[in-house]
Amino acid sequence: MSEPTKAAAPSGRAATKKELPEHFRGYKHVWVFVEQERGQVHTVSWELMGAGRKLADKLKVDLAAVVIGPDGEATRQAANEAFCYGADLVYVVADDLLTDYRNESYTKALTDVVNTYKPEILLLGATTLGRDLAGSVATTLLTGLTADCTALDVDADGSLAATRPTFGGSLMCTIYTLNYRPQMATVRPRVMQMPERLARDPGRIVVHPLGLIEDDIVTKVLSFLPDRESAKSNLAYADVVVAGGLGLGSPENFQLVRQLASVLGAEYGCSRPLVQKGWVTSDRQIGQTGKTIRPKLYIAAGISGAIQHRVGVEGADLIVAINTDKNAPIFDFAHVGIITDAIRLLPALTEAFRARLSPHSRDRIAS
Amino acid sequence: MHIVVCIKQVPDSAQIRVHPVTNTIMRQGVPTIINPYDLFALEAALELRDKFGGEVTVLTMGPPSAEDSLRKALTYGADRAVLLTDRFFAGADTLATTYALATAIRKIGETYGAPDIIFTGKQTIDGDTAQVGPGIAKRLGLLQLTYVAKIGALDLAGRTIEAERRSEGGVQILRTRLPCLISMLEATNEIRRGAMKDALRAARAPIVKWSAQDAGVEDISKCGLRGSPTIVKRVFAPSPRAEMAVLIDFAGRPPAEALIEDIFKRQPKLEAELAALARGF
Amino acid sequence: MIEERFDVIVVGAGMAGNACALTLAQRGLKVLQLERGEYSGSKNVQGAILYADMLEKLIPDFREDAPLERHLVEQRFWMMDDRAHVGLHYRSDDFNEERPNRYTIIRAQFDKWFSSKVREAGATVLCETTVTELAQDAYGKVIGVRTDRHDGEVHADVVVLAEGVNGLLGTRADLRARPKPDNVALAVKEMHFLPRETIEARFNLTGDEGTVIEAAGTISRGMTGMGFIYANKECVSLGIGCLVADFQKTGETPYGLLERFKQHPSVAPLIEGSEVKEYSAHLIPEGGYNAIPQLYGEGWVVVGDAAQLNNAIHREGSNLAMTSGRIAAEAIFQVKSRKDPMTAENLSLYKKMLDGSFVIKDLKKYKDMPQLLHIQSQNFFLTYPQLVSKAMQNFVRVDGTPKVDKEKTMLRSFVKARSWTGLFGDAFRFARAWR
Repeated sequence: MSEPTKAAAPSGRAATKKELPEHFRGYKHVWVFVEQERGQVHTVSWELMGAGRKLADKLKVDLAAVVIGPDGEATRQAANEAFCYGADLVYVVADDLLTDYRNESYTKALTDVVNTYKPEILLLGATTLGRDLAGSVATTLLTGLTADCTALDVDADGSLAATRPTFGGSLMCTIYTLNYRPQMATVRPRVMQMPERLARDPGRIVVHPLGLIEDDIVTKVLSFLPDRESAKSNLAYADVVVAGGLGLGSPENFQLVRQLASVLGAEYGCSRPLVQKGWVTSDRQIGQTGKTIRPKLYIAAGISGAIQHRVGVEGADLIVAINTDKNAPIFDFAHVGIITDAIRLLPALTEAFRARLSPHSRDRIAS
Repeated sequence: MHIVVCIKQVPDSAQIRVHPVTNTIMRQGVPTIINPYDLFALEAALELRDKFGGEVTVLTMGPPSAEDSLRKALTYGADRAVLLTDRFFAGADTLATTYALATAIRKIGETYGAPDIIFTGKQTIDGDTAQVGPGIAKRLGLLQLTYVAKIGALDLAGRTIEAERRSEGGVQILRTRLPCLISMLEATNEIRRGAMKDALRAARAPIVKWSAQDAGVEDISKCGLRGSPTIVKRVFAPSPRAEMAVLIDFAGRPPAEALIEDIFKRQPKLEAELAALARGF
Repeated sequence: MIEERFDVIVVGAGMAGNACALTLAQRGLKVLQLERGEYSGSKNVQGAILYADMLEKLIPDFREDAPLERHLVEQRFWMMDDRAHVGLHYRSDDFNEERPNRYTIIRAQFDKWFSSKVREAGATVLCETTVTELAQDAYGKVIGVRTDRHDGEVHADVVVLAEGVNGLLGTRADLRARPKPDNVALAVKEMHFLPRETIEARFNLTGDEGTVIEAAGTISRGMTGMGFIYANKECVSLGIGCLVADFQKTGETPYGLLERFKQHPSVAPLIEGSEVKEYSAHLIPEGGYNAIPQLYGEGWVVVGDAAQLNNAIHREGSNLAMTSGRIAAEAIFQVKSRKDPMTAENLSLYKKMLDGSFVIKDLKKYKDMPQLLHIQSQNFFLTYPQLVSKAMQNFVRVDGTPKVDKEKTMLRSFVKARSWTGLFGDAFRFARAWR
């Protein structure tokens, strides 16, 4: 495939002002890519519908969902669900060639629909599929893509303002795609709040053909090996999470985090440095580049609280921070803090919770 | 075979601090490292080269100081290093970056032989977007395999490669055609230590330096800030919440009990829920 | 083992190693420098002060591109008790000269620059390579090194041991003994970030002027030790260290000392509101002249901290290291030019040249000091600082006591604490050790 040709933005200057070229002026509406794999819609799609709805309302335009998948019940259901999460309109590309995710077929499907119906904003979930797809689509369309956004908004002039951490998570920045369309952004699961699902009848569906045959697609899926159930962690959706950071001092001390988590029936996690050091596996990482969590209770032991961790836990109802450093940034956003050594407090907490929550102390529990 | 590995020199973000007063990034003294994710890609490339013979060329786009990372890559055993450096590349977002890198890769192909595989790391620790791999693939018309956990059968003559790709809930076994782009998942291997011979060679090897012109960039407006559809308009430190954390003063009482009291005072329902869970044990 | 041979292998890329490798390369010798850290400077910790005079002998125009923090215009000596300090300050505009004499530096950045100069001069520098042992022939002559890289044995005519105070190569090969705990200090250091304007206001500096404070007294809790505070461009380095033997005896911890030092009423306001950017610890040779080991042998020489070449009294180490590295290189070059073998006899030229330099001369001058300070540590680091502080306060406070009485009280307090014999004895011993 040769280099796709497209008129560039006004040349000669860095695009710091909104000067939308003529051929982009007709791009309208907010789109959300609904990610579907093996019959399951990834919940991030609905989270994005919530965010997309807010953007569409501000812009006074429609919110559309794009469902790409195999021809059949699952795809039809996904389309119908999209209306329950606020879609005004759903685009569907359904073809058996789309049964398994492959970059070539999904990229063609999504870029075709975009080129035909011209949205001004396109949102995707930052999942393995989403990130594989978004980069290809943005490059094909030669447009701007802002990844892993933690906040989305629109300015008075209608431009999408996408905020995300930068410099490895030390600061935040707001990024614009002023003069290219569509403005693309990806968002990680659980960053946006799950909107309320309203029972609604299916509305207008626009079906678009894929326009490919199997021989057109080079990559073949030979098989799929599902993960073992037991190996999956439920960190992103857990109600109670206990996590440890460098303040624990050594990999052996991470046991203390797991013990407390076990007594609370909680999931356990860690900050990025522990994964980088190899103390804990990467699926347990909490933060911008790990999992975003929204638990009712989050206990952070020995975690300094850099921004890239903060954005992963800000949605928690109650954040408890244990740290020896009273100047640690975690105390800027935790709800409750305690200045003490986590290595000593964790075992004490474990025992205290165990005693407090045990069946024998039922009379002490408020009914 | 010829394999090209794209790497990036990044500040060791674990050590970056925000200035306590001016809120700007304190880059002073922050050491630079090879983006850790790229090392998994480099090791995968070196393993394939060792198995099938050929060369590994490492490419990076960056300031002149990025030479340090290229030298390190040579120490690990790469055969050749190319530094794409030019003031025109400054301020590039991922679209402009992939334009420059793709152009350079084409030039590498013309000069040193067409590459069979382009490797990239999953993402960088400073940008974290994971877009450059897919972007390069699209521009070069290559097939792409991202989130690759393991490389399987490689048939050089037949021009096919198989790989395990991490997907939600499982692993896809894919087969595609060469040339292709592969972005490696982290923790899939461990970068080797170069032998003394490699280390010596690396210390002395000349690094090929290309400006935009050398690399064959035809349209400079597609590079750097000018070629970037996205622009950063605002950089800021997140404001502390209106109230900072209430620090528990556990004077006298055992800290664990004091903390638990406070937690359950704020979240009374939580105690019942946790107790129910505990009963289930 | 690799086939390639080198003229010289330099183990270590600190001040001594870099100075040596640079000089050798400048003289056209084939040099391989091996550093175990990720980059030159990653394992080095120092206050740090750079002595321009010594560096000029290696890189005359270093001021053009070396990363320098502040040039020193002021030196303060503080004798501290728990709440006060008695200071001797010297500040002069003379130090605002075209080619300033001393600078504060940040080692990680400076060493990287220094190392780039070594590379530019033509030396082959390998980092992340640890030398595991010396390669010796059947007669014990050093013929090269073994490293932790695959096939990592390399041979050369002579090996320069610039491996630092705790370097194990020399001790493993029985070329010298391990430093004794009372000949080594353990120092800890922190870098505190503050805005430029704040540092300049607090230390009374303009532009790139700098100041250093060397402190001693009750801060080391009766142990032999010293503290320091150096002003860099945008951060303040401060630290404290004591003899390892003293730490072992008292059970105090370096970090505990540092915390108290930071909280001292004279120190706390200087670092108020700062952000701690870095914490590091290091061993410093303190034995002086009497602790200097054998400096050369069959096929080897030792330089820098590994040779205990540190002037603890003046807190000068990096200049001695640089100079010893340079002199060793010159000696090696001379032997090589004569096409002579690197025997102990021929390499003794290094010691001869070193003896004639300020390095050995200064260490010889103070050779009795380390022991005196250690044996009399209670006096010098507890008693006298407290006495002097009380005396000064008495002197300065205006409370209606007649001055004559004040002076009598002061004198009496000294005599009571140390007795006349003690006072004269201390003065005499100190003067003699100083001489």
